[in-house]
Amino acid sequence: MSACPKILSQHFDVPNAHKIEVYCSRGGYTSARKVLTEMGAEQVIEEVKKSNLRGLGGAGFPTGMKWGFIPRQSKKPCYVVINADEGEPGTFKDRYILCLDPHALIEGVIIACFAVKSHKAFIYIRGEYVEPVRIFRGAVEEAYEKGFLGKGIFGTDYSLDLIIHVGAGAYICGEETALLDSLEGKKGFPRLKPPFPAVKGLFNSPTVINNVETLACVPHIINKGAEWFSKLGCEKNGGTRLYSVSGHVKKPGLYELPLGTSLKEIIYEHAGGIRQDLILKAVIPGGISSSILKANEIDIRMDFNSLAAAGTMLGSAGIMVMDETTCMVKALLVATRFFAHESCGQCSPCREGTGWILKIVERIWEGKGRPQDLDNLIDISQNIEGNTICAFGDAAASPVISYIKKFRGEFEHHIKTGSCDLVEAALK
Amino acid sequence: MPTLKIDGKDIAVPAGTSIIEAAKKAGTFIPHYCYHPGLSVAGNCRMCLVEVEKSPKLQISCFIPVADGMVVHTENDRVKEAREAVLEFLLVNHPLDCPVCDQSGECELQNYYMNYGLYESRLFEDKVKKEKVVPIGPTVMLDGERCVLCSRCVRFCDEVTGTHEMGIVNRGDHAEITVAPGKELDNAYSGNTVDICPVGALTDRDFRFKCRVWFLEKTSSICPGCSRGCNIEIHWNKERPYQTPNERVMRLKPRVNPEVNQWWICDEGRYNYHFIDQNRVLYPMKNNGKDLVQASWQEVMEEGSWVMKELQNTAVIVSTDVTLEDLWIAKELFIHKLGIQTIAYLPTKKSGEEDHLLRKSDKTPNTKGAQALGFEAKANEIFSLAEAGKIKTLILFGHNLIDLLGKERAQKIAEKVDSMVWIGSNQHEGMNLAKWIIPSSVYAEKDGTFMNYEGRVQRIFKAFPALGESKAEWQILKEWAQHIGINLPYENSSVIFEKMVQAESAFNGMSYQKLGEEGVLLNDSKDEGRGTMDDGRKKHVL
Repeated sequence: MSACPKILSQHFDVPNAHKIEVYCSRGGYTSARKVLTEMGAEQVIEEVKKSNLRGLGGAGFPTGMKWGFIPRQSKKPCYVVINADEGEPGTFKDRYILCLDPHALIEGVIIACFAVKSHKAFIYIRGEYVEPVRIFRGAVEEAYEKGFLGKGIFGTDYSLDLIIHVGAGAYICGEETALLDSLEGKKGFPRLKPPFPAVKGLFNSPTVINNVETLACVPHIINKGAEWFSKLGCEKNGGTRLYSVSGHVKKPGLYELPLGTSLKEIIYEHAGGIRQDLILKAVIPGGISSSILKANEIDIRMDFNSLAAAGTMLGSAGIMVMDETTCMVKALLVATRFFAHESCGQCSPCREGTGWILKIVERIWEGKGRPQDLDNLIDISQNIEGNTICAFGDAAASPVISYIKKFRGEFEHHIKTGSCDLVEAALK
Repeated sequence: MPTLKIDGKDIAVPAGTSIIEAAKKAGTFIPHYCYHPGLSVAGNCRMCLVEVEKSPKLQISCFIPVADGMVVHTENDRVKEAREAVLEFLLVNHPLDCPVCDQSGECELQNYYMNYGLYESRLFEDKVKKEKVVPIGPTVMLDGERCVLCSRCVRFCDEVTGTHEMGIVNRGDHAEITVAPGKELDNAYSGNTVDICPVGALTDRDFRFKCRVWFLEKTSSICPGCSRGCNIEIHWNKERPYQTPNERVMRLKPRVNPEVNQWWICDEGRYNYHFIDQNRVLYPMKNNGKDLVQASWQEVMEEGSWVMKELQNTAVIVSTDVTLEDLWIAKELFIHKLGIQTIAYLPTKKSGEEDHLLRKSDKTPNTKGAQALGFEAKANEIFSLAEAGKIKTLILFGHNLIDLLGKERAQKIAEKVDSMVWIGSNQHEGMNLAKWIIPSSVYAEKDGTFMNYEGRVQRIFKAFPALGESKAEWQILKEWAQHIGINLPYENSSVIFEKMVQAESAFNGMSYQKLGEEGVLLNDSKDEGRGTMDDGRKKHVL
């Protein structure tokens, strides 16, 4: 088992870690103070670049580079937007940070805003996160009371406001440009890019959008140095990762481990193996949008490049484990139902395709499948893939293609017999 | 200027041009639904996907600007497959109710299926049901099932009229366009949403089910509804007049002219066509002291030698509804040949609403033309002279004196004038004051030109023969002239136009041919404001 340096989750077990006194007593807000009083904006960006911190919302874009895109001289105000619309099925890492270490996030926001010379930050929190919103709101109020947010932070002339915006339940609003539209009061539709948000983002102004986990890393980078942080991960991937493990494991939960930890190790050592010691059937490695892996494919490093090479992605690092009792038709039905329900409906292939796919999978599930359905499903998915405005189309296509390609026999059996007796037989 | 290769053909276009527009210039049509040159780019239909070399994914040609050295393929297998796929997606939940759809025949789903589809259906699932036949305003009917969610109508209301009535609600394949709660699509330009709807989702309540579009004949013209001079097409029923007896014109549609109206027309103009077929004056009439009774052309022409008798007491008031040719013949006859000084122009309609987009307050098409030919706005002087009994003969061009002056004054003038001659096309109360009624044709029945408010001369074309015994004003005047021994040797409006150009210095350099599609500006018309809309917005350039 790898040694587990706890960084993001180091305060999770501390009683009342979400209170500002507790956070400060453990050295909280010292890095933000250091940045505001001792460092220049460029210096902060350089430090973050050196740390190899990559966006942890799923896309893995280098954070320092993203900050560096913000124009230095802009007539318009610059905004920092925190994406806390954690909606990817199988993912619950941001929720832990919001509830158990909200001040680490606030501190990261202060540093990010200072680095890009922004005086207004917005956090867009998923509407269903009622408890995290309540806790985070309390933390923001505390930070204002202490003078860590508002005017003249740490006695400097720098001021910053952090505004909490609660979403209304659309998965697509986690897509950063749809999030911006939603924040502006419009229907959440992904935007055509370019222009990218760094040039024209919220209210047409330069905007940095970072995930909760990403920004929560920033205070630690300032405190302990970029070099220390970059060494925690692997090449071009600094830091650790919060893996959300769910499904048929003995110990589901959130595990902070280095980037590049083996998927097998996460499942069998950290998460305790498969429940009732049943046989592993499949694993979704990075949230529902990532392609599925078969049991014999899990000896793989959990980093951006290794998973990409295996035809899937690290995504949000939401690991969903399925044992031999799982019917893959049912699993696909659940996934396609999600995507059909959450497609924003803006562009034709995704809008019509996700609904069409769902109807076919539903029909197969009901025992009315036809032999040509499987090829049609793959073809429809491939027609969506790459032809849409945002990455949702690709996300919706990947479960369909990977489940059918990897478990084709089971799908064919289901179509032929109209039932999941294969799964039942395996259990006997 | 960046040079790119589209399907092997080199083309240079200004930087910033989209691939779809560059392709258009190269003579290559790229199918599309959501893209409209007059609206912002939405990029949602995905029909215009093309392959750009060095880009891993297909790119939407409406959005991607050209770059020097770019190589674009619009017709290779990869593009064709993507196009077919998008079309298939758009038809997944489409009701395929073409036989009862008013858009049939001018529907881009039908057209593109024939051009880029023609695949075997593999759809076995139930379709999503949405509301049909929803009147979303006084002019437009919505069918949610036929909609492809291209959002053109939404963008039109946001960007062109700025009225924001429309939006998209719900997600995924349950998304649909609708009007905001408690609102109606009731702006001055609502009919344009029907024009830009590429499918049968929005249909025109005025036109619905009157005529199948393939029976329509189309004639280019200019809207006579105000002084903007919007370019229009008259759509009239040529093939099956028995379907709609006594109605020839079925609808008016905007015709693109980037210099005048871009892609749009207002509703006021759009629905202002019923007068062409209704309530017309079909034959000459004379007042027998009690009623208007039918008379023959011969009678009108011969007994109408009044002009000769009382020349010094004759007054003429021309209207601004008639063409430049009509007006110039009036000038030739009344001013040059007969030397009448009491002559003026007067619009037949009172001024109305004006806005920042197209509508002008002068609700007639040729006021500027009357001015350019030297007619003066001194009709009121003439009316005062008439009241004072100093006018014996008064010639009006369609004017309704009761409407313009009030009943009392109109009647007083009629009593004081010996013979009032009224040359007009549509019946009204004021007509009864006249002694002689001469039926004239309407704009859709003649060739000619109008000059719009900024001095732009634009052609109208004859769609169909004049109704009844009516004739163009210039013809009527020419025949009169003949009866009093004056020869106006002009056979058609193009000859008159050329003569006018020779005679009137302001028209120097113009010719009927040169007017072309966009019209030509009068020499002395001011250059200011050209290229911008009235509210200062830059005009879209095609």
